[in-house]
Parts: sequence; C-alpha cells; structure tokens
Amino acid sequence: MTAARIWALHLALIAALFAAQYLLPPYHVTNLARIMVLAVFAMGYNLAFGYTGLLSLGHALFFAAGMYGGGLLSYHLGWTALPALIAGLAAGGMMAGAVGLLALRTTGVSFMIVTLMFAQAGYLTILYFGPTTGGDEGLNLPAAGRSLLGFSLSADGPRYLVALGLFSTALLCCLGIARSRLGRIMVAMRENEERSRMLGYNPFTVKLIALVLSGLFSGLAGAAYGVLFGYVGASFATIQYSILPMLYVLLGGAGTVIGPFLGALLMFYLIDFASGLTSAYLFFVGAALVTLVLFAPKGILGTIRERWLGWLP
Amino acid sequence: MSFGPFLLLALMEGMVTAAVLALSAAGLSLVFGVMRVVNVAHGEFYMLGAVIAWFVTTMIPGSPAVAFVAALVIAPLLVGALAAAADGLILKRLNYDPEATIVATIGLLYMIQQAVLSLYGPNANPVAAPFEWRIQLPWFGYSGYKLFVVAAAATLLLAVWALMTRTKAGLVMRATQIDRTTARAFGINVDRVYMGTFALGAGLAALAAVLIVPIQQAHYLMGGDPLLLSFIVVIIGGLGSLRGTLLAALIIGLSDGVISMFFSPTLAKILATLLVAMVLVFRPQGLFGARA
Amino acid sequence: MKTAKTFQPSRRLILKAGAAGMLASAMPSFVGAQGAPIRIGFQLHRTGIGASYGRWYERTAQAALKLINEGGGINGRPVEILFEDDATDPKRGSEVVEKLTVQAGCDVVMGTLFSHVVIGSAPRAGELKVPYLVCSEGYHVASGMLNRWTMQPGITDVRSQISAMAPWVGANLGKKVTMIFPDFAFGHDHRDFFTKAMAAQGGEVIAQIAIPPTETSFTRYFPQIPADTEVLYHVMVGPAVLTFVKELGEFYGSGAKPQIFGFIDSLEAVDTATPGLEFLEGTHFWEGHNRVTPADAGEHEAAYRAAVGVDDMGASVSDAKDVSTYSHMFSTWETLFAIKAGMEAAGYTGPADRQKFVEAMEAMADLPYGMERPQGAKRFNGKTHQVFGTQNISQVQGGKLIRVHQTSMEDGAYEDAVDYTAMAF
Repeated sequence: MTAARIWALHLALIAALFAAQYLLPPYHVTNLARIMVLAVFAMGYNLAFGYTGLLSLGHALFFAAGMYGGGLLSYHLGWTALPALIAGLAAGGMMAGAVGLLALRTTGVSFMIVTLMFAQAGYLTILYFGPTTGGDEGLNLPAAGRSLLGFSLSADGPRYLVALGLFSTALLCCLGIARSRLGRIMVAMRENEERSRMLGYNPFTVKLIALVLSGLFSGLAGAAYGVLFGYVGASFATIQYSILPMLYVLLGGAGTVIGPFLGALLMFYLIDFASGLTSAYLFFVGAALVTLVLFAPKGILGTIRERWLGWLP
Repeated sequence: MSFGPFLLLALMEGMVTAAVLALSAAGLSLVFGVMRVVNVAHGEFYMLGAVIAWFVTTMIPGSPAVAFVAALVIAPLLVGALAAAADGLILKRLNYDPEATIVATIGLLYMIQQAVLSLYGPNANPVAAPFEWRIQLPWFGYSGYKLFVVAAAATLLLAVWALMTRTKAGLVMRATQIDRTTARAFGINVDRVYMGTFALGAGLAALAAVLIVPIQQAHYLMGGDPLLLSFIVVIIGGLGSLRGTLLAALIIGLSDGVISMFFSPTLAKILATLLVAMVLVFRPQGLFGARA
Repeated sequence: MKTAKTFQPSRRLILKAGAAGMLASAMPSFVGAQGAPIRIGFQLHRTGIGASYGRWYERTAQAALKLINEGGGINGRPVEILFEDDATDPKRGSEVVEKLTVQAGCDVVMGTLFSHVVIGSAPRAGELKVPYLVCSEGYHVASGMLNRWTMQPGITDVRSQISAMAPWVGANLGKKVTMIFPDFAFGHDHRDFFTKAMAAQGGEVIAQIAIPPTETSFTRYFPQIPADTEVLYHVMVGPAVLTFVKELGEFYGSGAKPQIFGFIDSLEAVDTATPGLEFLEGTHFWEGHNRVTPADAGEHEAAYRAAVGVDDMGASVSDAKDVSTYSHMFSTWETLFAIKAGMEAAGYTGPADRQKFVEAMEAMADLPYGMERPQGAKRFNGKTHQVFGTQNISQVQGGKLIRVHQTSMEDGAYEDAVDYTAMAF
C-alpha cells in the first residue's frame, strides 16, 4: 500500500511537470527547465548529505566537472549533446571518486574544509587554463554542441523535455536508491557509523559509493546546464554553487526524495520575486533561511514527514 | 631585484597576513572550540569591523590617530553586541545543532552583507592610518604601519592567551569546552558563556579588520577571503588550540608569499590550496592537535 | 520591476494548488494597451562585485531616458526602462534577460559591464531573438564569439582602446614596458593586445606580471618589476585597486621610479585626491570620458553633466565624495540614443520588428558628436556590431586628472574579425 502511494506521488509530480509546459506562461516554463536541472544537482547533493551525512562544501567542483567535461568536448571537438552529457556524467563521477578517495579519510568539519579546498583548486585551475576553458569569461557552446538526436536544445520545447527527462530519471533513481538496501545502509552510516561498522559494512566504501553517485548526479546536471542554456563559465565553479544545493536540500528537506526539487523551486522564485520588489532581496533570502531553520529545521518535507506523512520517502 | 631582498619582502608581507589572520582565526577557533559552532558569518563580522571603522574615522575629525583608537574600541564592541544578539535570538534556539547553525549563519551572512550594501554602499572606502611612516630599506620601501599591525596583533593575541589561561572567565570557557554538561552541573551558566564566547569571537574578527583596514579599504564583500583562510588556519592548527592556530597562521601567511615566488601566482594559489587539503587528509586532527 | 505582461494571456489557465499556486502569485499580470510605451529592459549590477558601476549606470540611463521622453520619446511613443539586478552573475544574467523579455515584454534589453555576465546572457538573447545591447567594453562582441542579436553601440572595446593608447605611450613615456594585470580574461586582453601594439611601435614589453583574481595585497609582486623598466603599465579592477596603488607608492616611495601608465578602471568611482594616492601625481591614465571637465570640452559636456547630476570634478552634485564611474557610464546614455536612432530608422512598432531594428543598427555608420553622444563622435561597424571612437590620455596634476592627449578614431581601428551580417537571425 505504501509502495503504491509512493510511486503514485512521484509519477504524479512528473506528470504535473509534463503538463506544466502547456499550462504555464513561457517565462515560467523556461524557469522550470532551469529548476529541474538544478534539482538534479541538489538531488545529487542530497545523496551525500541528506542520506549519508557527508556535509560537503565542494559540490561545485562536481557540477563544474560535468559542465566542462561536456562543454569543452563540444566546444573544441564538436561533440553533440548526447555524448557530451555522457562525458559530463562520467566526469562528475570520476571527480567525486578522486576527491572521495582522499577526502573521505576525514570527517565532519575537516571533510567540509577539504572538499572546499578541492573545489577552490578546481575553480583556480579553470582560470589557469583560460585559453582552453575561456577562463572567467566562459564560452558559448556552438549550435552543434546543443543538438540532441537532431533536435536543437536552444528551442524551448525540446529543452524542456530534455530537462524533464533528466529530472525524471534522476528522481526515480533517487527513489530507487533511497528504498534499496544501499539506501538503508547509507542512512545507517549517517545515524551511527560505529554500529554499521560492527554490522559488517565498511564505512569508507559505503561513503565512497554515495559520493560517486552524488558526483554522477552533479556532473550530469552541470553538463545539462551547459548544453541546455549554451554557456559554460568559471562562475559555476565558485563556492556559491557549492552552497546553493545545500540550501535547496535543507529548505526542501534533507533525506527526502522530492525535497531537493521543492527547495530549488522555492529558492528560485524567492529570489526572482524578491528582486522584483526590492534591490535588497538578499536580505530577505537570508531572513528566510534563518526563519526556516528556526521554525522548520528539517526542511519543508522533513517537517511534513515528521508531523503528518510518515511514509514519505 | 636579487633573491635575498625578494625573499625578505615576501616574508615581511607574509608576517602581516599571518598576524591579522591569527587574530581573526583565534576568534573562529574560540567559537568553534567552545561552542562547536561553525560560524559561516565570521567573515561578515570581520567586514563589519572594517565598515564601522570607516564610519567612526569619518565622524571623528582631527587627528587620524585618535579616530583610529576610537575605532579600535567601538568596532569590536558593536560587532560583539550584534553577535551576542544573534546568539541569543538564533543560535541558542537552535540548541547549537551543527547543521542548523551552518544554515542560520549563512542566512546571517546574506543579511549582514545586504544591510551593509544598502546602508554603506558598494564602494571600497579607505581609512587613514593612525600615522604615516615609511621605512626605506636599501632595496625597497616599506610601510611602517604594516609593522605596527604585526606588533599590535601579537599584543592582542597575548591578551587573548592571558584571558584564556589566567582569568576565571577563561577557566569557565575551557571547562565548558571540555564538557558542557559537567560545567552546568558545577553551576556554570553555559548560556552566558556561549553568548560571551560568540561575542568575543566576533569582536576579535572586528579587531583584526580595524587593524587591516588602513591597508585594505572597507568593502562589503571583503569578508569572503578571511573566512576561508581562518577556517583553514583553525583546522590545520587543530581544534581549539590557540597555539596551533597561531602557528598555522604563520605557516599559511608565509607559505602563500613564498610559494608565489617560484610559480606563476595562480598556479601558486592552486598548489597552496591543494597543500592545505593534503595536510588535512593525512593529518585530519591538524598539525598540532592531539589525535582524537 | 513592478508590473509585467505576458504575450498570450489566453493561455493562462487557472493553476492547481501547491507549487503552481506559488508561481501564479509571483506573476502579477496585465495586458498592455495600444500605443503603450516602448519598454527597454536593463540588466544591472546592483549587487555583487560590479555594484559600484551599477548605481551610476542606472543614474545615467535615467537621465538619458528623461531627455528622450522630453523630446517626444521614440517614434512618438513614450519610453520606459525596467531595471533588474543580475547580481554580477552570468547565470542570473541569463535569467534576467528572460524575465525582461518574456515576462515584462521588453522590446530590447540593454546589457551591462562585466564580460562574463554578457557572455553568459548572450545565448539566451539570441534564442529569444531579442536585441541585446551591451555596455561592456569587452572584445567579445567584435571577436565574433557572440551572436547577431548582440551589439555594442555605446562604448569602444578594450582592443581598440589599447591599440589607440600604445603609440602615445611608446612615443612619450618609454619603450620598455612592464605590465601588471589581473590574471583573467580582461587582463589577458590587455596583455595580448598591448604587447602586440607595443611591438608594432618598436617598443618591448619586458615583463608581464599577472596577479591572481583573489589577491588583496600586492607588495610581494613588485620585486618582479625589472630595474630597467621605463614604463609601468597597470590595469586592475575590483575593490582591491586602491590597495594596489597605495602599495606601489610605498614600494617606490620618493625614490626613482618609472613612468606609470594605467587604465582608469583601476580608479573608477575613486577620488584621485584620496589620502595615500599622492603617489599618482604626474602619472598617466587612459580615460574613456574625462572625469574632470577639460578646458576645451565640447559644447554638450556641461548639459550632459547637469542632466546626470555630476559636477566638473566628476562627482555627484549632491555629494562631492560620491565619485562617478565617468569613463564608462556614458555608454548607457549613448546606447539609449542609439536604440532611439535604430528604432526610428527601422520604423519600429513592436517586437515583430526586432529583426528590422537589428538590420537598421547594422546599417548605421557615422555617428556625429552631439547631445546623443557626449563622449564624442563614433563610427559603428555594422559587420562586427562594435562602435569605434576617440580615447583620452590624462595626467594627474594637483590630484586632478587633466587631459593631455586625445587619440583619433583611426588610432583605434583594427581589421574585422567577424561579419555578423552574414549570420542567420
């Protein structure tokens, strides 16, 4: 019964997003495409942070690895969107694997700082190889790089569908992981590492798997953001883009499947709406964060799950 | 310029960086050590210190030295008061939960930054140094004020050390750091200790900024770098170890300058960053911390 | 941005609960009446690292807007500008182009200063087929990396500026140059174009000192300046530039020092009489538009300053400490008048005529000096979508920037790198 409810909820979300492209005004359709890609990034972050308890401040590195992994191949070698997306996915996963092998030797605040340092080094590396990467100015991807199986992703229709496709895949994968044995071990690792170890699980391996999964999601999102919106730039590798997915996740609810999407949606429109009212919108974003953490510390879905819907994955 | 003087200059510059860094990192380390709170808004307290110094020195006419001394007193007090308020209104209610406090201090960061942008503006404004004194060495000239910064920071750090080891307040803070529950059982008002620690930590950041602002103008985005560097210093130095923090600040301050003599500057930054990461990976307890 | 309209109100249906309901509340809408004003969207650095430029860009644009509306608007229609903050971030910049074009229904969008925001926003402007007129001075338009919808009609690009400066520097200041520049694209443009232009003058760049973008202190880089340097060429941007100049002063002190030539970008919005900057006395700067009114200023200079609210020293008339970004902000003024000229030449009536507008812009060539172009006469190159003009060299005398040379338009010319008119819309 619960399983049916869970599947129905997630499929309904996907169906609603499919319908949204016909129901919403064009402005919000493009915004939703952006939000869905950012949500994939946030879902990746959630796998590491929400489920496994790995508080990283370096996920911009995985996002940028995907963005440049895909973007540079399409810019310099003329790859089309599909192989570029796959390359981005792989780049994100490999980067996370490499970082994980080193960073997972640390825990807690040290892990935060190590991931932050790696991400900072990644950002500077992009600047250092400016002639290839476009440095801080970035690159506009050529038309060929934005064509997927003959469809141009610079057109709003195909772009929305691709974003939705990626989002749905990521959402269902995330749901699958959360409900699998691996997902439960990840949560066990977050809740009590010592006990999981005594039950015979190697914390290092479990965390590494979680981080690589997280990197795959982030890399895919990065590559998709580049391919769908045509711009690849170093600003996406700055610390700001490590904090963003964390905010999305905490706002929506850490350790919930839909939370990252909800967080990305609300954050996006909070900024968009507030910036129309006042130039001091950052103040309201800050105030919203403080309010949220004071009154709904588990995020929106986390609070809902705690109070009303215990079955929510 | 030949190698010797070049190295000397790099070391002198490194000392200035290290001195200011040690002061601001000591504040972060206190908060981190005693309260176990990762204060992401620490850099904004630093920035506020610089901005308040600008306001104070513009309002007090006459000798820049008098205005500067006034700023040295007023800025940390105001910033400390703000931090105490933030502790009472926000952090305490979160029960100092590590993740929640990170989000809350990120929110605080945005609010402070935006408030300063709205009230103070986007420009970088200079603050006059308390005195103008330029030292002419055989190879190059150097700012005498920078040497004063090193001396002042050293004095202040000594005062913090004395506070922590020689006074009752320090004893209470150390006791709370070691075991919050036991401290409470012994009648220590832990809430007040936390509020005081948070205010003291923020005040130290503000002090560091007042010292540096005659060298580096007050700007609303200036808090980012000190935050990052202070974090590095605190971790490398080992949690809650004041001596470790000081040594780590020296290492970070000096190495940054010296490495950039041998490599292209951006490459030097990359290498320095990776070096810090590797230290943490292979000595997660920090260079001077005891293995937990 | 307080109001908005959508193109297809009939498609707006009643939305269901949850997230969709929130979208609806974020979207107050009305349908514009016939003969509604022409709307110009303006992507502005209100927050982020570019914020000090944003304020002056807004003030200058408002002043030009007032003048245009007093003169009957564009094609007899009133004009309005919708400002929206881009946070000096490419991702947000692209979203702002979207918001201004699709949600607010702007006819054209004006772009801002920082190159990465322009480059990040241009693809979306191309997709939306909305003219995107930037005020950025980057070489990205004329280099051909953007698209047919992106133009720079209000300010010369950095390549042209540098090519025009180099001959004067070589002839008057010295032949052996050391360059100090930020280690990112803007600095690299200076490095590459100036080194090339200097070589063409028989001069030589003997050292290139790149400073990492995150740097806040500069003293330790100065020993790399070779002793036989005749000219020190500096171009720094960002809030740390004052530190840079002060530390340079401390380093050289009152002893022998090379000639110093800098780009005013280092000191935009900064008073040259600030304590600590005495060291700049006698040094030279490039200026796009002279901050201190020159003795032989053109006839429209006074009226332009009065309109924008800037005194003869380049500071705000209401606060002498509030120094303007005088060398760059004229670009928003001139871009607005270029939009007016383009729309009137195209007989622009609405978004359906956007392509006609771009073609009319491409057909422009000589743009004479006048109230529309207070910085000076310009020539628009329709093929490269880039405008060319004159440059100024000033010397700091008594703490004030005094113009000592003005280049000709030919000094800043270079061969075309692209022909946008051959590209598809």
